Amino acid sequence: MYATSYHRPSSISEAAALLAATDEAKYVSGGMTLIPTMKQRLAAPAALVDLRHVADMKGIHIDGSRVRIGAATPHAEVAASSALRSACPAVTVLAGLIGDPHVRHMGTIGGSIANNDPAADYPALALALGATIVTDRREIAADDFFTGLFETALEPGELVTAITFDLPEKAGYAKFRNPASRYAMTGVFVARRGGSVRVAVTGAGADGVFRQADMEAALAGNWSADALSGIAVPSSGLLSDIHGDSDYRANLVKVMAKRAVLAAG
Amino acid sequence: MAKVTLTVNGRTVSGECEERTLLVHFIREKLGLTGTHVGCDTSQCGACVVHMDGHSVKSCSILAVQASGSTVTTIEGLAGQGELHPVQAAFKEHHGLQCGFCTPGMVMTAVDMINRHGGNLDEATVRAELEGNICRCTGYHNIVKAVLAADAEMSAGRQAAE
Amino acid sequence: MGIEGIGARVTRKEDKRFLTGKGRYTDDMVVPGMKYAYFIRSPHAHARILSIDTAAAQAMPGVIGILDGKQLLADGIGNLICGWMIHSKDGSPMKMGAWRPLAADTVRYVGDAVAIVVADTLGEARDAAEAVVVDYQPLDAVVEAVDALKDGAPQLHPEAANNLIFDWQIGDASSTDKAIAEAAHVTTIEIHNNRLAPNPMEPRATLGIYDGAEDHFTCYTTSQNPHVARLVMSAFYNVAPENKLRVIAPDVGGGFGSKIFIYPEEVVCLWASKKTGVPVKWTSDRTEAFLTDAHGRDHVSQVKMAFDADNRITALKVDTVANLGAYMSLFSSSVPTYLYATLLSGQYAIPAIHANVRTVYTNTAPVDAYRGAGRPEATFLLERTVETAARELGVSPAELRRINFIREFPHQTPVIMNYDAGDYEASLNAAMAAADWNGFAARKAEAAGRGKKRGIGMSCYIEACGIAPSAAVGSLGAGVGLWESAEVRVNAVGTVEVLTGSHSHGQGHETTFAQLVAERLGVPIDNVNIVHGDTDKVQMGMGTYGSRSGAVGMSAIVKALDKVEAKAKKIAAHLMEADESDIVLENGELKVAGTDKALPWFQVALAAYTAHNLPSGMEPGLKEGAFYDPSNFTFPAGCYIAEVEIDPDTGTTDIVQFVAADDFGNIINPMIVEGQVHGGIAQGIGQALLEGVHYDENGQLLTASFMDYAMPRADDLPSFKLSHQNTPCPGNPLGIKGCGEAGAIGSPPALINAITDAIGTNALTMPATPQKVWKALQSAH
Repeated sequence: MYATSYHRPSSISEAAALLAATDEAKYVSGGMTLIPTMKQRLAAPAALVDLRHVADMKGIHIDGSRVRIGAATPHAEVAASSALRSACPAVTVLAGLIGDPHVRHMGTIGGSIANNDPAADYPALALALGATIVTDRREIAADDFFTGLFETALEPGELVTAITFDLPEKAGYAKFRNPASRYAMTGVFVARRGGSVRVAVTGAGADGVFRQADMEAALAGNWSADALSGIAVPSSGLLSDIHGDSDYRANLVKVMAKRAVLAAG
Repeated sequence: MAKVTLTVNGRTVSGECEERTLLVHFIREKLGLTGTHVGCDTSQCGACVVHMDGHSVKSCSILAVQASGSTVTTIEGLAGQGELHPVQAAFKEHHGLQCGFCTPGMVMTAVDMINRHGGNLDEATVRAELEGNICRCTGYHNIVKAVLAADAEMSAGRQAAE
Repeated sequence: MGIEGIGARVTRKEDKRFLTGKGRYTDDMVVPGMKYAYFIRSPHAHARILSIDTAAAQAMPGVIGILDGKQLLADGIGNLICGWMIHSKDGSPMKMGAWRPLAADTVRYVGDAVAIVVADTLGEARDAAEAVVVDYQPLDAVVEAVDALKDGAPQLHPEAANNLIFDWQIGDASSTDKAIAEAAHVTTIEIHNNRLAPNPMEPRATLGIYDGAEDHFTCYTTSQNPHVARLVMSAFYNVAPENKLRVIAPDVGGGFGSKIFIYPEEVVCLWASKKTGVPVKWTSDRTEAFLTDAHGRDHVSQVKMAFDADNRITALKVDTVANLGAYMSLFSSSVPTYLYATLLSGQYAIPAIHANVRTVYTNTAPVDAYRGAGRPEATFLLERTVETAARELGVSPAELRRINFIREFPHQTPVIMNYDAGDYEASLNAAMAAADWNGFAARKAEAAGRGKKRGIGMSCYIEACGIAPSAAVGSLGAGVGLWESAEVRVNAVGTVEVLTGSHSHGQGHETTFAQLVAERLGVPIDNVNIVHGDTDKVQMGMGTYGSRSGAVGMSAIVKALDKVEAKAKKIAAHLMEADESDIVLENGELKVAGTDKALPWFQVALAAYTAHNLPSGMEPGLKEGAFYDPSNFTFPAGCYIAEVEIDPDTGTTDIVQFVAADDFGNIINPMIVEGQVHGGIAQGIGQALLEGVHYDENGQLLTASFMDYAMPRADDLPSFKLSHQNTPCPGNPLGIKGCGEAGAIGSPPALINAITDAIGTNALTMPATPQKVWKALQSAH
């Protein structure tokens, strides 16, 4: 790891000010991606601004049909939330599939969303639920937020403070894990709200998380796993690596989508 | 350089270190508690698991400065001097360790697991909960047995106390 | 058996320190003035080093010194060697290319060490390493052994034309070819054995300490055989004479073969300590481990197995190409030859066998012994071939094996080995019963109802352990003898220290060796200390690998105990005025048989040291040493059965049961033996389903961390069903065969036989990842 410096704000405004005051500074929340990346010397922030002590960025709030999860809320807290489990169990299932117990104790939803790792789970949830990414400057629709591999609509220094979304009628998540890293080799989140269905795929796309329009149309007409049987998932645009080529991933997209629908009920 | 203050195994400790110092290196090198190990660079193997503010964490992926102000328990602090925590005793009884290198992380993981699931563990849950800990010696067979036995014993102990 | 003696399920004496964080591994060692090393390694698979510029780096904060291969060469530090000479079939010796501890002119794989940076902290050492400018001229690289043999392939070493190290054979080619020509059926198959990374959880580490006042070196290292390390570093690498070099292997966190070998880092850190005047510690990170720990396996073989009209095997012909990587590691040449081809008869009476083995240099990490070492390759080849033959012949796999089992012992195979004892059908029957083999059809039908494809597969393995008779291995090219030493020191109060040349890195010697002493002398195991892993304490030893610590290491202890017992009996006879031949040692007492006269053990020990009343001419004290050289290999054998369910949608394999039935001869501690089998099976399942080292065509390692190399985790594995059969080994005093490698040897073919049974297509390579299984299913449809 290269040398760095460390700052610990207790409010969003203090965090933003600290970040602005230092060149090459980065926010760190759980650090489950950033710290290992720094250890490999693939990232070299001159300063770290720690968000774990910003109280306004923590916690899960359900107000009627609106859910707000503070960006610094750890995965373990989301996975264990009984309120979320009764309101939308797919969210807790997804959070409980991220990393391992120790990673879930540290890693946060905001870090996952802002990093936009192509194999991360939360981007699929945000996209499928049509979530809103709340920052210290504005609100960004998930459809506009994820712009490519490790790329988002965030401006330099912009801080994700919360994720909000309306509860769906039905939602499900199915994940096929990379046998080595346990990240998503393919993860599919499906959600239905009114007549509208959204299907978001992570782990498979060469450009990161994406929506599968054919499946959305099929499921909007017939909410069942069988509705997906006739859909041919193209392998173009999908990732290929030693664990799975694009043909295999195309198959997984379909299989995981079916399983997500079954899980959603 | 930064000053780091922690409560480790019930004792308040302070030390100077570079900001880039990982918690595991602070524990091993500044505090001389070498029971916490490093087995990988990518936050996969779990040999470095300690408890921070009551939760299991990978001390190889946390900077010491991030942990400053926290309460940390390492393998050395799990039981009193000369004693074994029920999880440690179960690992011995069921031969849940061979070379011993992954063992401190396994034990700290098992204690956290039992804390969260107390009395409700089954084999599939234990195996799933061990996702973040790699052992190359035991094939996990006896680790799983040990965790289940410790869970049963600790749960019986709790019931007896109630 | 006493409650702590042979056969008792005693919990381990060493556990408490490991469970409480008090284990002491090499990286835990701290000595005054110690500094940290970082190795600069080649990022190229093959390149010339044009220049190394350290000027800017030398001036960086904390830097103590930066040393390169030219300086090492100038100081006369020798090249790393392979200690087992193999001759090609034309009589020429193997072609050993120079392996410099720090490359001076050419690098031959990604990770090849080029220079060492010593600094106050590891961070500073790494910062400085980035400022060292190494100018490389990249060369073409070759990764696959079969490609390296082709005309026009990049050449690694001037000594080895076409990258061929040796072209070796065993067995009789003409009788084998004749039997194949006359066969009623010939099964032909190509077998790949995938390259593996050993991955003990403790990464390699070393601490080199030079004491200028005494002109003496101390080397802490993660070794399975510290004495061999000292011998090799003294005799071949010119580090220091043996009396000036102490090697200590303290607690070692697993080895699986990878810590047998002497690597560049031990040598360089010792040398660097003398050059810089400070103790130098290096600890591998996991990526360095993937890059530089010796890998295992990596064979490609063409196989023909011939059968007569009664389905008896009449011949086996094997042509193997083995990848040894960029340099010949310490025992690399023995693995694809005498540890592999000599086991190709398996459990079967095969009249004619011929194997040809070519070993090859490639621009990859060196390949050497990994758990099983040659025997997993032989077993996988044989058991996949027999299974394939059973399918082709329409015979049940169990029946085909039964027809061909060796049933009389001793049995001389056509490939050197003389099997001394075994009952292969007993293990087969036990495994089939435990697995409810006969109920499989119903389970398969039930699984089909759930949309799952269920399959079952078996594997009957044999291995040669207890390595090895020194004269025999010497005649085959080994550079060392493979005996073991022991010293039993009885203290004046009757407590016992056992000094052993074996080394425990997870095997539990502190417990099992103490159980042997408890059995023999009647003292509690708490009164027995096992001392190992330090060349200053134990005079000499050959270390732990090849499942040899029980069969060879404990046999040496038995010999020393025999001498101790004989002397104690003489003393007791003298004190009790009885005839020496009437003295028996029972339950911690020396008794005069048939009388009530007895002396407790400690009293005899005390008498040996007070020496007030010893038999005339007897020396005081009670301490005896012994060397034990085995008369033969030992032959553990068994039968493994795997039952799997395949998810046809994803290709995922779920192991629904795994049965192991092993004959290890006599067992000292069943709990520890079971643990060894569990761990071995997990590594075998890892090879079969998950693990594989991948390089790209340029020699860049794609699986350089646990993010890309799939290690078996708890949720990948089932619990295992074990049983033991016992035909005691007649070749050693305890009747032990060894148990350390069986699991890794027997399990891969059982898995692949089960998966191919489930999916109905036989073509499947390891690791059988979900993708591969899914693709096999697609192509079968």
